[in-house]
Amino acid sequence: MRYAMAVDTKKCVGCSDCVVACQTENNVPIGFCRDWVVEVTDGTYPQLEIEIRSERCNHCNNSPCVRCCPTGASHYSDGGIVLVNSEKCIGCGACIASCPYDARYSHPDGYVDKCTFCIHRVKKGQDPACVAVCPTKCMYFGDLDDPKSPVSVVLKKRKYKTLIPEAGTQPELYFLI
Amino acid sequence: MASRRDFIRISGLGLGGVVLGSNAAYQAFSQTFLNNDRLDLGSLRRTPTYCEVCFWKCAGWVYKNDQGQIQKIIGNDDDLHCNGRLCPRGTGGVGMYYDTDRLKKPLLRVGERGQQTFKEVSWDEALQYIADKMQAIAKEHGPECVALFNHGSGGAYFSRLLKAFGSPNITAPSYAQCRGPREVAFLATFGEGVESPERTDIRDTRCLVLIGSHIGENMHNGQVQEMSDAIDKGASIITVDPRFSTAASKSKFWLPIKPATDLALLLAWIHVIIEEGWYDKAYVEKYTYGFEQLREHVKTMTPEWAHGITTIEPAVIRETAREMANASPAVIIHPGRHVTWYGDDSQRLRAVAILNAILGSWGRRGGFYRPAEKKLPSYPFPPYPKPTRTWQDAYPGLFPLAGLALASGICDATIPAHGRSCSFKAWIVLGTNLIETLPNQANTIQAIQNLDLLVAIDTMPMEITGWADVVLPECTYLERYDSIRENPHRKGQLALRMPAMEPQYDSKPAYWMARELAIKLNLAAWFPFEKMEDELDWQLKQVGLSLAEMQKEGIKTFEREYDDLYFAPDEEIEFPTNTGKIELYSTEFENAGFDPIPKYTPHPEPPEGYYRLNYGRGPAHTFSRTANNPNLTDLMDENMLWVNPRVAREWGLSNEQPVWLRNQDGATSRFPIKVRITERIRWDSVYMVHGFGHEDKRLTRCFGKGASDSKLITRVHVDPVMGGTGMRGNFVTFLTSEPKAEEVQR
Ligand code: SF4
Ligand code: SF4
Ligand code: SF4
Repeated sequence: MRYAMAVDTKKCVGCSDCVVACQTENNVPIGFCRDWVVEVTDGTYPQLEIEIRSERCNHCNNSPCVRCCPTGASHYSDGGIVLVNSEKCIGCGACIASCPYDARYSHPDGYVDKCTFCIHRVKKGQDPACVAVCPTKCMYFGDLDDPKSPVSVVLKKRKYKTLIPEAGTQPELYFLI
Repeated sequence: MASRRDFIRISGLGLGGVVLGSNAAYQAFSQTFLNNDRLDLGSLRRTPTYCEVCFWKCAGWVYKNDQGQIQKIIGNDDDLHCNGRLCPRGTGGVGMYYDTDRLKKPLLRVGERGQQTFKEVSWDEALQYIADKMQAIAKEHGPECVALFNHGSGGAYFSRLLKAFGSPNITAPSYAQCRGPREVAFLATFGEGVESPERTDIRDTRCLVLIGSHIGENMHNGQVQEMSDAIDKGASIITVDPRFSTAASKSKFWLPIKPATDLALLLAWIHVIIEEGWYDKAYVEKYTYGFEQLREHVKTMTPEWAHGITTIEPAVIRETAREMANASPAVIIHPGRHVTWYGDDSQRLRAVAILNAILGSWGRRGGFYRPAEKKLPSYPFPPYPKPTRTWQDAYPGLFPLAGLALASGICDATIPAHGRSCSFKAWIVLGTNLIETLPNQANTIQAIQNLDLLVAIDTMPMEITGWADVVLPECTYLERYDSIRENPHRKGQLALRMPAMEPQYDSKPAYWMARELAIKLNLAAWFPFEKMEDELDWQLKQVGLSLAEMQKEGIKTFEREYDDLYFAPDEEIEFPTNTGKIELYSTEFENAGFDPIPKYTPHPEPPEGYYRLNYGRGPAHTFSRTANNPNLTDLMDENMLWVNPRVAREWGLSNEQPVWLRNQDGATSRFPIKVRITERIRWDSVYMVHGFGHEDKRLTRCFGKGASDSKLITRVHVDPVMGGTGMRGNFVTFLTSEPKAEEVQR
């Protein structure tokens, strides 16, 4: 099992619904977020292009955050999902510094928090909250080992990229281009 | 490299990377309004609702946790408006309930009007005060001198109250300030309006033309979803916009038009399609009236002619016309929503309607479908008294085709003027922040100063509530019943909104307020049910349903009786127009003294050193009403001023630099707005998202954040056909240091 997500930059309109849905689903305190939206503009008027991406933890296969965690709070869970055990976490922030994607934040309650791919929903056969809410249906989630999962299907059909591949983290968050 | 912090830095350097949401990342925020227990779906209970954060009315479920707190709101899978997915505002609707800045108690003004000094009073005292004033006004001036401005569900009950009281002057800014011109234009052409949600068959279209309409940023939920489906199915999108909108970035063709010239482009498209013979000949022959006059009219309106006006290359005009014709009849030239721009808006929307008509898209798959509707019978109330005067008496001979009362018309007629038969004496304002909604704030405030009574009903302390004599705190949509939703769609649907929570503080639903007032005014016969749910149950029983059933399912869908979503081939159709045909040549416009076929007229251009003020929507906010919502403020807490790099260089502006704006009439923004230098805007205009720069201190999260476009809209181009207020004809210049207080006119 290898959970992954793909985001279609050709359809995302940057509405940030994925961000609010995550915040309410996961009780992310106001002022923080586990996912966010980036917009990059290229060119000069009127020769222009925009790429809009909904970003979050990449659930890397080779995660510096897991490697550097002194307490073992950051760990790989089922299907390669990277999680933080808030009980074990001492909030030292080593993982925040090590993540090249800036995907983690310090929760005011003293531990480090980030995207979980909504594992509590996935276990019940539901999509992550961001995927379920997205009005443009531009996000795909599933198991890469299952060729029939939505994410496998779409990655077979479309061109894609990952972010900062040179960091060698082997991300599981794909962007359709 | 590409971290959020870096992106903020990059955008600071002007390289075009911007973090959209959440803007507040990494800022510690003292208050967390939800407890931090992990969510367990199993323990949640759900209540049906339909969303009231905008007018799209998506049906959904409100989930509560063990402690009885609202945990989240999600879409109802069976709903045609949302297909199980709410937009960011609907998802963030929970913030409306938890906003601690809400209006909490009825308030009565004690000091001078506009000074914001109020005392808390009981509901009985507040309502008695209103009833006494209304009766005195009716006695002295007639009940017609009380007007209602409304937006949203609660308006239905105050409308009933006003009609029973004897006033027909019921209005909503959504007509004259927003979609009125398109309704008038489509009625004149097809005999039917576009309505809401629009009857656009975007799901199945092969070519979607957006002209000044930024789907995706405006977040009209069902349309955004269908546009995404259309992209999946390979439909082409043509976007006409001086700004490189989000929709433009998803388009096959982006036409960066010179602002205010859209009508010329539309006429040139019509010219090409007719001259090249690309129109739907059978459809035009069978269903339309006035084709030869149209052909004659647009003879000279070539792409070369339009190029000189619009700056769009003739070849591009031809190529896009071809694109539409190839897709015909599965093509939509989108009617848009906020279409009040330059005062010739009914005519521009007539051109949109005509273009759709000659391509045969009305009534065809991938064009405009025929909506279905399920209506509940109304309780047999006594007939309303016959009013003797209406708002239109104040405008003899003007706006002959206005289909609904004009909010701006009633506002203007409140200022006493020579020869005006009915100067309004009282306004009841529900769910609409008129100060920000109507153009020309100084005019609105002058009108308010002439009132004997201003009642503001809202959930939040908006600017209008500061000017009121009586403020009534309405509970949010999460705490009340409202009318059953009956909007048209591909199938008829009924949707229920019921309270998920008890009203917080001392807030009440509009139904309760209207009924209590009715009792005090001896109009109780129009409110026979003490509880709103009993009236709903009565209505539902008439069609074999019940409230209990709706409470369980939230939505009821009615299959279409006939398979008539689209016209059948060769169907004989009598259109509800004067000629029974689709009128390319409008006899209705002609009879009322207007051009039966639209003509292009030029509009003023910015003076030296000034830029056209364009405004629009951001996906996280609705009008100015959500700016204080904690969840949505977290996504976007202020608007920014889009400035082209060339202009920024000329003025020496840098990214995020605060500037103040002054318009051609000297109106000046009270608060600074940060510059966003971006290639996405032309050098002759600037752009901002509407709804910021709030001046009411009681809005603690959004007070003073960003600039109010409304404050800068003083020049209004009124549409002679239906009274729409064209608001895109204002020009602004930059002030790089703070203006003196006296320069910021109220
Ligand atoms: S909800 Fe979907 S469309 Fe909106 S920003 Fe997120 S990914 Fe993009
Ligand atoms: S994106 Fe960052 S937090 Fe997530 S797994 Fe990779 S390194 Fe760890
Ligand atoms: S479009 Fe968004 S704000 Fe409007 S009703 Fe639907 S969910 Fe609510």
